[in-house]
Amino acid sequence: MAENPIVAAVERPQAVAPQEADFDNRNSDWFIDKAVQILVFLGGISAIVFIIGIFVFITKEGAGFLFADLDIVEFFTSPRWRPTSEHNPTYGILALVVGTASVTGLAMVVAIPFSLGAAIYIAEFATGKTREFLKVLVELLAAIPSVVWGFIGLTIMNPLIIQVFDVPVGLNVLNAGVILGLMAAPIMTSIAEDALNAVPDRYREAAEAMGATRWQVTIRAVLPAAKNGLLGAVLLGVGRGFGETMAVLMATGHSINLPSSVFDSVRALTATIAAELGETAVGSNHYMALFTIGIFLFVITFIINLTADLIVRGVRKG
Amino acid sequence: MVEGSEKVVTAAQNIHTLRPDARVKLEIADLAISYGAQTILSDVNFSIYEHEIFGIIGPANAGKTSFIKAVNRMDMFTSSMHVDGQILFNGRDNKSLRNVYALRNRIGVVFPLPVGLPLSVYDNVALAPRLSGIKSKEKLDVIVERCLTRAALWDEVKDRLDSLGSLLSGGQQQRLTIARALSQDPELLMLDEFSIAVDPVTTMRIEDVLKELKKEVTIILVTNLVQQARRLADRTAFFLEGKCVEVGITEELFTGTVKDQRTRDYVEGRFG
Amino acid sequence: MFVATELNQQDRKVQGLCGILFMLMTGLLILPVLLILGTLIYKGGSVISAEFLFSEPTNGMTAGGIFPALYGTIWLVGVALLISVPLGVAAAVYLSEYAGDNWFTRAINLAIINLAGVPSIVHALFGVGAFVLFFGFGTSILAASLTLAIMTLPVVIVATRESLQAVPHAFREACWNMGATRWQTIRRVVLPNAVSGILTGVILEVSRTTGETAPIMFTGAAFFLPFLPESVFDQTMALSLHLYVVATQVPGVPEELPYGVALVLIAIVLLMNSLSIAFRMWLRGRKKW
Repeated sequence: MAENPIVAAVERPQAVAPQEADFDNRNSDWFIDKAVQILVFLGGISAIVFIIGIFVFITKEGAGFLFADLDIVEFFTSPRWRPTSEHNPTYGILALVVGTASVTGLAMVVAIPFSLGAAIYIAEFATGKTREFLKVLVELLAAIPSVVWGFIGLTIMNPLIIQVFDVPVGLNVLNAGVILGLMAAPIMTSIAEDALNAVPDRYREAAEAMGATRWQVTIRAVLPAAKNGLLGAVLLGVGRGFGETMAVLMATGHSINLPSSVFDSVRALTATIAAELGETAVGSNHYMALFTIGIFLFVITFIINLTADLIVRGVRKG
Repeated sequence: MVEGSEKVVTAAQNIHTLRPDARVKLEIADLAISYGAQTILSDVNFSIYEHEIFGIIGPANAGKTSFIKAVNRMDMFTSSMHVDGQILFNGRDNKSLRNVYALRNRIGVVFPLPVGLPLSVYDNVALAPRLSGIKSKEKLDVIVERCLTRAALWDEVKDRLDSLGSLLSGGQQQRLTIARALSQDPELLMLDEFSIAVDPVTTMRIEDVLKELKKEVTIILVTNLVQQARRLADRTAFFLEGKCVEVGITEELFTGTVKDQRTRDYVEGRFG
Repeated sequence: MFVATELNQQDRKVQGLCGILFMLMTGLLILPVLLILGTLIYKGGSVISAEFLFSEPTNGMTAGGIFPALYGTIWLVGVALLISVPLGVAAAVYLSEYAGDNWFTRAINLAIINLAGVPSIVHALFGVGAFVLFFGFGTSILAASLTLAIMTLPVVIVATRESLQAVPHAFREACWNMGATRWQTIRRVVLPNAVSGILTGVILEVSRTTGETAPIMFTGAAFFLPFLPESVFDQTMALSLHLYVVATQVPGVPEELPYGVALVLIAIVLLMNSLSIAFRMWLRGRKKW
């Protein structure tokens, strides 16, 4: 060390004896950390890989029909789905689309008012234990498997409809619509309730400070603030109804029909695949046409989910 | 390396009037820190010497906490944080290290708010030694007892080393945090406004501990309490609005000549 | 303000009415389901016995028990968990601990939402195209479980991510400051405090996977098999598909038999779900910091 401190400072005194070897030594912990980072990244992108994979594989299986024999006009406008006809097979999904749409539509008529009403009650009116209990109950209802719902449509709703409305067949739009509505309602309730809970309490306090009752607070402050989230809930309900398979397979009657009333039997897009895929030969036009329906379902639900996500995200940003 | 900047020479001169043989532990050259487009600290140039307590004072938003983050390379975890200039630890630029964890392992940090990890008190203190590969129960026992004793916490927790560190009282958690920092056996200890969440009595006890520790480690004490800096720090830097306004022997900032009038105004409590 | 007392009274009346109206709607939503569950228990309860659970179907599935279906479901769910839990936890760790707030993370989140939203029958088509045919697993437990695992992956990811994010950020910074790597921090502090939350998600996934039918119809579950599966390359019966089969595909089934199957299925699903909810509530009540 220099004797004159000023000189020492100018000459930049030697720093502490360096034991810095380990500063440059990448030990096992360093490499393990890197390896884990890569592994979890692979996990992270797996969801993207699977979504792309789903699209690629169903397109691959349907390609031979989709890009060759498919008559796109007939596909969307003909109500005749006769893939097994020996001389003149036709592949029109109009009746199936109408079947799916009518069942989903009726389901929403059933589910929207009740799920929004229930969500408002749970989020804005119920308190304490009641609230917790209702939330748990709604969550449990959402867990009932679709095959059980289909079974209920078949064994409980079917005779009920025949008896009450005096119709010959109880497996129809009404049956499947109600079943699907009961199925979708708990999920829509949960999501709508989340949307209501996401409204900051200061909105409510501001309205209450002006002397509004709970009901007025809900109508004037909470619902407008939560409207995007509620719309998202409805859209997800629509998506769920659209893609539901087992329940509509069992409760619609599964007959190809352009329905004129809720008492007509119909057939859904999803149910058609579920019922027919097992009967077809791999690579046949029928088999590939079913995959083409799959592509259609994938694209529609993708758009619905994307829209719902954008709407809900809009709330969070605003 | 730093071009012979005026400030550095002054600072060095000051420490050597106190301790002629002091060696540089940490050297800061043209340090600038920004978050996105916003620069929150710039033109920082000074050296910190072994076995000194170096105080950093200044009002809120002066860039004190970001300074500590930059020394410890915590900018790695904040994607918007950008650090320019050099920070030399033992003469090594802390950005040139191939294993940055070894650097952080040698630097102990204590935050404004106490963080007792949700592990047992024992595991809180044994965590750092375990990370650096110490497995022997006897060794860990010794380290845990020594660090807790030095952090003035041992007597209060020795009978419940199994209870959760995150459920201790605020003051106890802060001393646990200090014990954890000490368990790293650090060469440099950085404390960021450690007394915010601690009662005055505990603060005084910790201050006594720091005076003792000075014999072994270098300490950077960031504080919003001017008098705490005066009690503890050998030298003090004054940060204001993203600049290092002044570096000097602590007592001189209070009684001697200062370069910038704002320094005197601040230490005498005219703003802050 | 104080003049409008009468109006306030009217408001209060409206308020009371609305409360009752919404309560009724909630009730109407829940009541039918409870009635249905009651009917299932009433009609299916008589079928349930140890023999029903532990014997094979006989007489062309019109009599006997459900053991092969129960056993197969355990296989399917078990293998699906082995695949989706590590993958889902890894994905959640990435999203919670590594991913920045950028378009790539948003793309992953969108993919997760869509994985949960794609119709189950489309997952089935994917399973057929990818696992049964392309990878050559044939119709097997492996192909079916892979399909189920991918379909229920979002359940694990979402539950795990939530429980990871419930661990305060300050704990991570404290560890990083000591020189811990990200992984050391995750393994020693973050994961141990999130593991119960992850378990909640796993139980929930068991419940979801047990009830799924469409994805396994063409990938590995069979209507009827005279033997039990011995490896992941075998086909198997499954409880959910068995309900579909005895309810719609087999003539001459006594009325109460499918009720019994439905009751067992729903009991497993609701039991697992309740377990998950109870576990979550217990966790919420436990203070760790």
